[in-house]
Parts: sequence; C-alpha cells; structure tokens
Amino acid sequence: MAKGISRRIWGKVVHVLVLGTFTILLAFPFYWMLITSFKQNLDLYTMENNPFLFNARPTLDHLKFLFTETRFVRWLGNTAFVGVAVVAITLLLAVPAAYALARLSGRWGERLGIGIFLTYLVPPTLLFIPLSRVVAYLGLQDSLWALILVYPTFTVPFSIWLLMGFFKSIPKELEDAAMVDGLTRFGAFIKLVIPISVSGILTVVIFTFTLVTQEFVYALTFISSESNQMIGTGIPIFLVRGDVYYWGALMAACLIASLPIAFIYNLFLDRFIAGFTVGAVK
Amino acid sequence: MAVARNKIKSIGAAQSPLLGAAMFSPAILYILLLVGGPFFLAIFYAFSDARIGNAEMHFVGLENFRSVLQSPSFRIAIRNSFIFTICSQIVVIVGANILAISLERTFRGRGIIRFLILLPWVAPISLGAIGWKWILDSIYSVITWALVAAHIYKPFSAPMWLGEPHLAIASVLLVHSWRLMPFSTVILLAGRTAIPKDIPEAAAVDGAGFWRTQLQIVIPMMRPIISVAVLFGLIFTFTDMTVVYILTAGGPFDSTQTLPSLAFAMGIQGSDLAAGAAISLFLVPLLVILAYFMLRVAHRAEVN
Repeated sequence: MAKGISRRIWGKVVHVLVLGTFTILLAFPFYWMLITSFKQNLDLYTMENNPFLFNARPTLDHLKFLFTETRFVRWLGNTAFVGVAVVAITLLLAVPAAYALARLSGRWGERLGIGIFLTYLVPPTLLFIPLSRVVAYLGLQDSLWALILVYPTFTVPFSIWLLMGFFKSIPKELEDAAMVDGLTRFGAFIKLVIPISVSGILTVVIFTFTLVTQEFVYALTFISSESNQMIGTGIPIFLVRGDVYYWGALMAACLIASLPIAFIYNLFLDRFIAGFTVGAVK
Repeated sequence: MAVARNKIKSIGAAQSPLLGAAMFSPAILYILLLVGGPFFLAIFYAFSDARIGNAEMHFVGLENFRSVLQSPSFRIAIRNSFIFTICSQIVVIVGANILAISLERTFRGRGIIRFLILLPWVAPISLGAIGWKWILDSIYSVITWALVAAHIYKPFSAPMWLGEPHLAIASVLLVHSWRLMPFSTVILLAGRTAIPKDIPEAAAVDGAGFWRTQLQIVIPMMRPIISVAVLFGLIFTFTDMTVVYILTAGGPFDSTQTLPSLAFAMGIQGSDLAAGAAISLFLVPLLVILAYFMLRVAHRAEVN
C-alpha cells in the first residue's frame, strides 16, 4: 500500500517537473519581452546587472516611444484593414465553394476538395518571386491592396477544407425538409445552411485573420515604405534604425501585437486542429 | 456495406451539379489564377534570364540550374534546409509526445498552462523570432549572462550565438523546434483524446506498465495522427524563411542560408528573378513527396 502511495507521489512530482520545464522553455521568450519592455535602458545595457531583476525603477518610456515616435499604431491599423478585407474575400469565395463541394458535386466534389487542400501546401516561398512580378504588373507595389489580392491564396484553400467538414456534418434531411417547404436549393443554402453554420464560419473568420497577422514573406516582398507595413514586418524591420535596436520598444511591440492574436487563436484552437488532422481523428 | 453507402451517397449528392459548379467556380478560378498561374510562371522564369527592372527576357535552357548547382551558397542552403527540417522534427516529435502525455490529464491551471505552451505557435513567427534575437544578442544575451554567472565562461569570452556558423545553425534549429512543438503537441493531444479510454486501462489491468502501454499500444494506435503532425511540421519548416531571415539573414557568410532564404536573397534583394525562381523550384520535389503521403493519410482515414 505504502509503495503504491509513494509511487503516486513520484508520478506527481515527475508530472510537475516535466510540465514546468516545457512551459518555461516555451513561454520564456514572452516573459523576456515583458520584462524588457519595462526596463530602463541603463538597466538593459549594463552587463553586470542581473537581467532577471529590475536593477532600476521600471519605466513606461519604451511604451511611450513606441506609441508616439514610431508608426506602430499605423501598422496595427494596416494589419486590421488587410485582415478585414481578406476575411471578406475569403468568406465570399470559400463558403459557397465549400458547400458546393461538400453537397452538390458528389464524389467529384470530394476529389476537387482534396485538390484544393493540396494547394494549401504550395508555400509562399515558392510563389513570392512570380507574384512580385504580377503585383508590379498590376501597379500594386508598396500597396496594401497587393496583400489583399494575394493573401486569399493561402486562406481560401484551408477555409474551404474546414468548411467542407462542417457542412458535411449538417443532416441532409434539414435541407430536404426546407426544399419540400418551397425553398430552392440556393434558398435553402442562404436561409437555412448559413444560419446554422455560424460557428463554422466564425472559425474561418478567426483563422483567416490570424493567418494574415502572422504572414511575413509576401509583406516583406511587396511592401517597402515604412507607413505601409504590417505588424509582422514593421516591428522587426523598421524598429531597427541602422544597426541600433530599440530593444525595449521592440519587445513591447512584439508582446502587444502577439497577445491578443494568441488569445483569440487559443479560443478556437480545437476547431483549427480538426482542419489540420485531415480526418485522421474522428 | 461500404459499397451500399457509397451508392446512396452518389445518388443523393449529385443533385445540382450546375448550381454546384456556379458556386465553386469563383474560388477555383481564383486559385488557378493566383496559385496555378504563378507556379508555372516560376518554372518559366527558371528557364529564362529575367531580372527586376529589365523588361526583356530570353530562354536560356538549364543555364540557371547549372550556375545555381555550382554555387557553394546553394549547396550550403540545401544542406541546411534538410538539417533544419529533419533535426527540428526529431526534437519536436519527441518533445510533443512527452508534453501531450502530461497535458492529457486534467489538473488545476491546465487552461493557463495550455495557453503558455501554445504561445510560440499562435504568436506571429517574425515577432517570436525577434524575441529570440534579443535573447541571443551578441553582448546582452541572457544566456551568456547566466553562463558567466555560473563561471562557465569568463566575461567577454562567451561565444556569439548568432555570429559563429555552428552556433548560428544550432540557434535556428532551436527556434524552429520551439515554434513547432506546440503545434505538434495539440495535434497529438487530439489524437490521444480520440483513443477509447478502456484500451490503455485494459492493458494496465493485464499488468503492462506505463511505458509499455504507451510504446506498444497507444503510440502505434496514434500512427496516422503522428504522421499528420510530422508531415505538416516538415512542410512548415522546409518552406519557412522567416526564422532565418530575422535571426541571421542567412549569415554569418551564408552559413545559415536555406533554400527559401537564398531564393529571396538572390531573386528579390539581388534582382535576379531567374536564379531565385530556379532555387525555389528545388522545394518542389520534397513537397510532392510530402503531399503524396498526406493524401495517403487522408485516404486511409476516409476508408476507415
């Protein structure tokens, strides 16, 4: 009996140790952003100071600098603008397509659906060179519209895939009943299927928005001026002047931009995972 | 049984192929134009002498591939791409399995722990990478400080983490593993919760210890889901250029360059579109192989 208890205590200790170690390793950079954001420069750049502690009074100077002397707020606005526009385009393209492929096109639709999923595997790092020419040809260099045009290339395929699974789970009898009541097929889609799919559509909205905030390669390639940057490129590239890194402001910006995105993503995580597992988990 | 179900499905589903086509063609058209089109454009550029700022273009055959294959930076880049991808996946899959086991139980504070563990994946990668750049700073690195404080190095003699080729490679590897571990963990966790509880319990009753149950029963049952996590992990790492670009910009002396980052350096920064396109096309063979395995996983899931 005593052996069983001591074994259970051991199990608990190991559990806490393992979880604690991994949590510290994974979350440490964000803790480091937090503490750096509030340290005075004198404290940051004195090598003898213990960097884990505040060796001088905490300060709000870096935050003040970030919000008044840099284009940080503008970048947040740019990101929100592109995010909303890309969400709208993604919904317009992906919702009808997913429904058609899940319901109206039989086995053919299923194959097409898998084909669309595979295009999600074509990475930006393969397409950015030709797309930079397309963007130049359309006269969209250094314009947020270039990003709005190109970002749906990675949000639409994955959204179609997510929504197809969602639409398939709606019982067919519901639509049949609505059509018996006099609605057309398209009418049933608009008036019945979309309203009961709100949570699936919301998942796509959140997923698309977070993908836009995380994108780096296209924003780096197509956007050059400081005022048109997205957060993902503006912070690491334009908060560095020459060789001077404003580490305090830089870390504050990273943290402020990351946390809301991380929080929202976390709320919808289980649904995104269902999209990634390609049906390998039922 | 399966045959009968398929028949019913196809009768019921092929109801409005015309409406269906009208509803999916805008999306398909968009994808063909902006994914398919540029893909073929990339192949076209790779056989030409296209440059930024030069409207004229000629067919040069395999010239770009020849000069790319002869350049030492390219050889380093292709080696690094494989090192980063494979090594970080090994670290990730071992770590993620351990983490998924410890997150499976319910305990107090699980929600907060899950949020903290997920941060590297859900925060924008360019911002996470710049955080690491500060942690690995050449002078004010917290790691250096800790090593000096522990008397492992004397002050000012500690290595520059991003300034020496081998350490820079290790740093990029570290950040890739850090970034992907949460993603694999949640996927494996989804796989674990889908296993019926009575199977591991029955094994425990039969006298199988914890490790034996995990290694001989649970992990084999999770094979499809582990392959999903690994396939996505391989694709994300192999095609990523953000981590390298932010941490080292390919340096020192091109020692951390990967295929995507070299394609960017040559094609965009160096204005040599043709060379950049040729380099990025080297991503394709591996992507095709990975896509094939992805399809097999999806197909098997469909059959079951």
